[in-house]
Parts: sequence; structure tokens; C-alpha cells
Amino acid sequence: MSLHSGRRAQAARNGAGAAAESSADNHPQVLVKNLRVVAGSPGTPSVLVNDVSFAIARGEVLALIGESGSGKTTVALSLMGHTRAGCRISGGSIEVCGTDVLSLRPREILEHRRRRVAYIAQSAAAAFNPARRIMDQVIETTMIRRLMTGSAAREKAVTLFRSLALPDPQHIGARYPHQLSGGQLQRLLAAMALMSDPELVILDEPTTALDVTTQIEVLRAFKRVIGERRATALYVAHDLAVVAQIADRVVVLNSGQVRESGPTMQVLGAPRDAYTRTLLSAVARRVAQSVAQEPVVATSGASSRPPGEDNRRQLLLAVEGLTAGYGKANDQGLPSSLALLDISLAVRRGAALGVIGESGSGKSTLARVLAGIMAPARGTIRLQGELLEPRMERRSREQLRRIQIVFQHADAALNPAHTVAHILGRPLKLYFGLRGAARDERIAHLLDVVHLDRSIAARRPPELSGGQKQRVNLARALAAQPDLILCDEVTSALDAVVGAAILDLLAELRRELGLSYVLITHDVGAVRAICDEVAVLYAGQTVETGPLQRLDAANCHPYTRLLVSSVPELRSDWLEGVASASPGPAMPATASSKDLCRFLPRCPVRIEGRCDQQPPPLNRTQQGAQILCHQPANRR
Amino acid sequence: MNSPATPKARSELAASPGWLSPARWRRRRNALPASGRIGLALVLFWALLALLGPWVIPHPPGAVVSTTVFAPMSLRFPLGTDYLGRDMLSRILIGARYTVGLALAAAVAASATGTVLGLLAAISGRWVDELLSRLLDALICIPSMIFALIMVAVFGSSLPILLLTAALGYVAGAFRIARSLAVNLSVSDYVEAARVRGEGRLHIACVEILPNMVHPMLADFGLRFMFIVLMLSGLSFLGLGVQPPAADLGSLIRENLSGLGDGAAAVLLPAIAVATLTIGVNLLIDGLADHGRPEGGGGKA
Ligand SMILES: Nc1ncnc2c1ncn2[C@@H]1O[C@H](COP(=O)(O)OP(=O)(O)O)[C@@H](O)[C@H]1O
Ligand code: SF4
Ligand SMILES: [Mg+2]
Repeated sequence: MSLHSGRRAQAARNGAGAAAESSADNHPQVLVKNLRVVAGSPGTPSVLVNDVSFAIARGEVLALIGESGSGKTTVALSLMGHTRAGCRISGGSIEVCGTDVLSLRPREILEHRRRRVAYIAQSAAAAFNPARRIMDQVIETTMIRRLMTGSAAREKAVTLFRSLALPDPQHIGARYPHQLSGGQLQRLLAAMALMSDPELVILDEPTTALDVTTQIEVLRAFKRVIGERRATALYVAHDLAVVAQIADRVVVLNSGQVRESGPTMQVLGAPRDAYTRTLLSAVARRVAQSVAQEPVVATSGASSRPPGEDNRRQLLLAVEGLTAGYGKANDQGLPSSLALLDISLAVRRGAALGVIGESGSGKSTLARVLAGIMAPARGTIRLQGELLEPRMERRSREQLRRIQIVFQHADAALNPAHTVAHILGRPLKLYFGLRGAARDERIAHLLDVVHLDRSIAARRPPELSGGQKQRVNLARALAAQPDLILCDEVTSALDAVVGAAILDLLAELRRELGLSYVLITHDVGAVRAICDEVAVLYAGQTVETGPLQRLDAANCHPYTRLLVSSVPELRSDWLEGVASASPGPAMPATASSKDLCRFLPRCPVRIEGRCDQQPPPLNRTQQGAQILCHQPANRR
Repeated sequence: MNSPATPKARSELAASPGWLSPARWRRRRNALPASGRIGLALVLFWALLALLGPWVIPHPPGAVVSTTVFAPMSLRFPLGTDYLGRDMLSRILIGARYTVGLALAAAVAASATGTVLGLLAAISGRWVDELLSRLLDALICIPSMIFALIMVAVFGSSLPILLLTAALGYVAGAFRIARSLAVNLSVSDYVEAARVRGEGRLHIACVEILPNMVHPMLADFGLRFMFIVLMLSGLSFLGLGVQPPAADLGSLIRENLSGLGDGAAAVLLPAIAVATLTIGVNLLIDGLADHGRPEGGGGKA
């Protein structure tokens, strides 16, 4: 696509902010024309990025969106004059503040990266040296280049910490990386990048690895600091709703090509390209209930049944008083660090229970205990009334067959040394004694069921994409013909579009095979898409259980409300409208053995003198929901 | 993505290739980098010489065939003669046979035993693990050269004793690496998945864990082979290795050391032979370890 000259003016018109108007007739800060990046040997190059052009005006935030593998990071890195090993820029031009980046000599490129461009990567934890204090690392580059005196640099860093809404800006620099949360590290990384007042800031998926509740704060901080400093920024992301909050203009990338570009509101409000619409529908589904009124669970069919019938359906899994944790057991037989506290859940045959909570709330521990990988300290698990042994070694093969677990990381759950045929064939042989042609036929059928091409059977996991791996993972669970599948964050490592397809598949399998699920996730949208019951986990405790509609109920638990309202929406004013996430000092969301409400430090509606004195009572509603809270229903 | 079963897909399915399928090896060799190919050529070269040695030697290796000692290269003696006037080419050809055969056999024995024991320690209960670890730790405490000297002093120097000595001296290191690899792999999600499926220990060890240990153990094998060649040469250099008139490459260097001052081919050539062999093995193994893995598919960006 070509660069039309009217775009700069258009960008200014469409609210690129105060900064844009002063420079509307200046040269754009960044000008990329017909960029082409290839990989592989010169004879048979594979094109990673083809004919990409865009411009960023001074003070403007441009978002580059697309799914993984679409070339976003490749484009972003090329602005710094960098390509990953094996790739090279084979055409086009890149201009950053008037400098032709592609003609720079190696020494000049280093200078270019140090002075003009700052890069904020996805994983902040990996960017910090665990052995050094935060402040030393934040001011390091300015010190090396002697741009400022030490005290001036420290002062500037503290100002940045404050703009980024970091707690205790004066002293946070004295801490070590492991003493800070992921969201805080991400903001500190931004502070480090902004120390040298770069002319262009590149943010590569800076909030992708964060919980929704944390993401809000980081987004807010970024938006504020970018606005204050009138920074020119390239924001790389795959989440349209996140982009809507922060970007002035959007470029949609797919398979290395620009599919659509324009002002954020125009692209999100009236997309012209079919691919953009696919991306949008993946997001729209996630927030459908809070934006539109249509019920999203229509696919599952189950939620449309009257509640009475639900209760009559056979109870498949019943969990009572489950307590589990890590570390040495104390005198009462309780582990030193508790990850789950007195959890009770029920799953009916053919139903899907969604377990949601932030990372560290004990979701994976729950899956491990249910599967028998880890023995609980207290509590019982019954499968159709039959008491299950705590440890899988003592469960019968038949019991193991009936509960299958699909792990969070599809990569790690598939043995890289085996072919897909081998991976799927193993449970068939183990549980049903299938071999030879009968087994091959069943493998082919399983691949059909998860919508994979049959030729995939001969491949090994490293040769598959993320979505394909997760389908194989699912097919392996299905091979056992289970009654219940435990899904631990099955979509969280996937793009919105690929993840949505996996969720569709789960819903379809449930309809056709009558499966039951325990869907463990931090993604409220995934629960909305396929579950009909939900349990909200906070710091190892279920603060609320009930039908799916609880998520939007007026009297839901304060934490449920926080979680649901933290899911970004496509409106660009959403970030301003949503309530502040954590008023009190954020306490690590882990379980402790005290009986007080665990949500207390973060609760916006806590009752002084009650919540901090007595354990919260369990309230039951007529629909069978249970809420653990002091506040009366009408005030929550 | 849904497609009807094509006959091709069917046959691919039925073939159900194991992890050592020909296709995989083909891909592996194609991916071998230049340094790996040089290594492969060197290793093949020495293996060929060791194999063909007895049939191509121009003179009997033990016979004094010339009146000149340390004779320079000539048409009759292509690599000159040694300190007694024996043909150097013949002696190197036969010497390579000892070094390649003995060192290779010992390295294979050490790596294989180490792998099996390491795997056993990782998947068995605490007792087996503790016992094996302590036993092999004791072995690792003795420096391998001193261990070799003790063995030879006690049992004398014969081929089986040399083999046993070299294998025992290096099994502890292989065990340590194998054990830590296996322990890491045994907590991976796919092993966990196999456990939840109800697989037995043997299946988990041999089918889930072992195939993923092969690559790193292969790299370790290269290192171990090199050390064993050096140790055997060292022993021979001290006169404790292969006994005269037979000689491995190390003995050849020692025998002809008096020619070093004249820069005689008789001392330089065996040294070059040892060097090229060990470098070759390591280049080959590094090449295999770096580029042998199947091509990565489209993962996350
Ligand atoms: N192997 C372990 N040893 C000690 N603590 C652990 C271990 N695994 C998890 N935890 C702790 O248990 C709590 C719950 O973790 P997890 O179940 O993984 O949560 P989630 O899946 O919701 O992110 C966290 O505080 C975590 O730090
Ligand atoms: S019990 Fe109190 S602190 Fe806890 S959620 Fe309810 S109101 Fe908030
Ligand atoms: Mg988890």
C-alpha cells in the first residue's frame, strides 16, 4: 500500500493530541516506506514483512496490531536498525527523526539505539538483572554516557516513577527485582527507557503477560507518561481493546502485510478489511455481555435450560473442603504455604465450570490436586459419588481415564521427541488396547474431531504452531474418552483469534460428546464463551460460586466486579471510566491461614471494624450462588 | 483445516515413524554446518584407516626395515622411519587402530552406563538415587589419571584392563550429567501428563525421558571420548598403556620423543593424528547437537 500525503494532516485532525498540532506540517518523526524483510538463503528467501509503509507524527502513538507471527516485532526492531538472526532488510527505507536508519554504519546504529529510540519488551522480569538494585539499573545508561550527574539522574528517575504511579517512588529504587510484581517491573522498565528522553519509544506487547487487573494500572501509567512527555510511540500489541485505550492511529498487520490503517476510532468503529473484522469479533465476544445484551453462551445450549433441570442432572465431580499447599507440613498437617483453602465445588455431567482468578490465586494448584498430581492436605474429591484417592498412583486406571487434564503450556505438555501419531496413540493403547490399523483409524478420527489435517500425524510438536499444539493436546485428552476435562489456561498462550477458535472447539465438543469441563483461566471472556457455572478464586479461596450470570449480577462479590470490569473494552474512553483497581496497598494475592477476608487490602467497599475483625460469612442466593462477604447484597 | 483422508496421509500414519526415522536423520545431515561436515570427514578418515590398517600397511609394523633412524619422508617410507628404523606409516595405521578402537569402546561404555544409571537414579525412589549418587561421587573424587595409574599398577596393563579403566574413570561424569538431565525432564509437563495417564515407570523412562536425553548425552560423549583418548595417550606416554612392540598413537609419540629436537616426522605425525581425531569427533558432535533438532515450527512471535 502506498503512503498518501493526506494522512499526516488527518492524524492531527483525529486527535493525535496537543503535540500533533504544533508539528502537523513538520516532517513526521518516523517514516517507513515499502519495508521488506526476508529470511533464509538469498536463493529462496521467505518474506517476513512485505511492502509495509507508515508514518508517525511527533507526539503521536501508532499501534501495530496483528497475531503472533504477523511480523509486528520484526517491523518494530527494524526501526532500531536491528533484525533477528537469519533475517535481513531487503528493501524500502526507514527514517527516524530525519536519519536514514538503513544507511547507518554499525557504530552509528549503536548511537541511534542509545540516543533516539527506546525499546520496552514484553517480559520486564527478563530485562532486569536480579542481583542489582532497581535504581542502579534504571540510571545505568545515562550514567555510562555521562548525560547527567548521579543525583540529577536519580531525581529524574523518581519523577518518572511518580508519573508511572509506582508505589513509594522515593524508595522503590532501592529494591531488588524479585521484590516487585510483574506490573511494577513493567512500569520500571518504561522508566528506564524514558530516562534518556528518547525521540521514539517502542513498546512491544508490554501488557500481554499481565493479569487484567494489573494491565489496567500499567496501561493507565503508560498513557499518562506518554501524554505528559509528548512522546512519539510505536505500540505493538495483538489486543485491539488495549490498543483502543492508548493509540491515535492503528496499522493492522497480517502475514507481514498491512491490511488496514487509519485513525483508531475509524479502524475499530468501521473496519474496511475482513481480517480486521475477524480480530474485532474475537474481542467483541470477550466483552459481549457487558457491551451488547445478547447472551454469548448460546453455543453451549446448557445455560438456556431452566435452573431446576440443572440441579436434577447427575453430579459428576464433587469437591469438598479442599486445602492444599506447598512446603513442609506443620503439626496440624497443613503445609507451610497454603495455595488453596477450603474449596468446595460441584460439576454436573455435561456442565462446564469456569474457575477464574489472577495469577497466583491457586488455579493451577486446583487442577493439579483434582488430577492427583499433588495430594491435598485436607478435603475429598468424589467422581460420581466414588471417593478418589488423593494421589494418582493409587487411583485406578479407569478413574485416571475419566478425568483428563490439558496443561497450560501446549509446548511443554507434548513430548518433542514423539510424532503426533505416537502422542495420540499412547492413550488409545493404554486404555483401550487399540493397535495397528484400528488405532490409526482412531487417530485420524481424533484429528478430524479437533479440526486438524490428518497429515499432521507424522509431524512432531516443534513443527506445529501454538494453536495446532493445543489442538493436539486436546485430542490426546479426548482419546481417553473422558467424562471430565480439566483445562488449565488452555488459551492464555494463544492469540485472540486462535484462542477463540479453541474455545469454539471446546463448546462444540461439549455439545457433541456430552463432556464436562473445569475451565481454569484468568480470562473472563473464555469463561463467558463456554461455561455455565463459575467459581471466582482469590488468594486460594472461592469468594463466589454460582451460575455464569453471577459475573454480571448487581450483588456480585467486590472482587468479581473488579475482575470483570478490568477486561478492556473497545471504547477508547473505557480506561478513564473504569474504577481504580487497587486503592489500598497491594498485598500479594497468596493464601495465608488467617481467617479474615483476603480481599480486604484491595477492597473498595470494605467495612472498617468488621471486615478487619471477623471472617466474612457465606451468603447464599436463591439461584444457588454463594458469596463470601460482609457487605449486604445491595451494597456490594 | 479439515480434509478427507488421502491415501498419502494414511500411509504416513501407518508408518508411524519412531524418533530415529530415516527422514529425521536425513534432515539432520542436511542441516549439518560446515564445521560439522569437516568433523564428519575427519572421523570417517580415521575410522577408515583404523579399519583398513592391516590390509594397506606397506611394511610389517614391528619390523626394522631401514638402517636409517628418523629417516625423512621418501617413496619407500612415505612418512619416514622411527627411532629404530621401522616404517612410520605402518605404525601409525596400526596405532590408530588401538586408539580409535579402545577409546571409542571405552567412551561408549562410559556414556551408555552413565545414561542408564542416571535415568535409573532419577526415576527410582530416594534410596536408589542416594546409593548411586554417593557411589559415583566417590569415584569422581579420584582424578582419572591417578585412578588409571592405580588400576594399571594393580591389574597390569592389558587391553581389557585399559578399556575398563578408561570406562570406569569417566562413567561418573556421564552419570552426573545424565541424572540431572533426567531429573529436569521428569518434572516436565509431558512426563506429568504421562503419569496422570497412568503410565508405568519403565515407559516413562524409556519412551518419554530417554529420547530427550540423547542429544545432550551425545555432546557429552564427544567430550568424554576426547578425554579418554588423551588419558590413553598419556598412559602410553608413561609406558603404562598398550605394550611394545604394539603401540597406540600416544606410545608412538613417546617412543620417538628423542627425535623431537630434529623435528622428525615420527614424533610430529602421531601428535597431529591425535589432534585431528579429537577435533574431528568434537566438531561432528557439536554440529549434531546444534543443528540436529528438527526445524522449529511457527511458535509465538
Ligand atoms: N512448587 C511450588 N512451590 C511453592 N509454592 C508454589 C509452587 N507452585 C505454586 N506455588 C504457590 O502457590 C500459589 C498458587 O499458585 P498457582 O496454583 O500456580 O496459581 P495460578 O495457577 O492461579 O497462577 C502461588 O502463591 C504460588 O506462588
Ligand atoms: S468481606 Fe469486606 S473486605 Fe472482604 S470483600 Fe466483602 S466488603 Fe470487601
Ligand atoms: Mg496457572
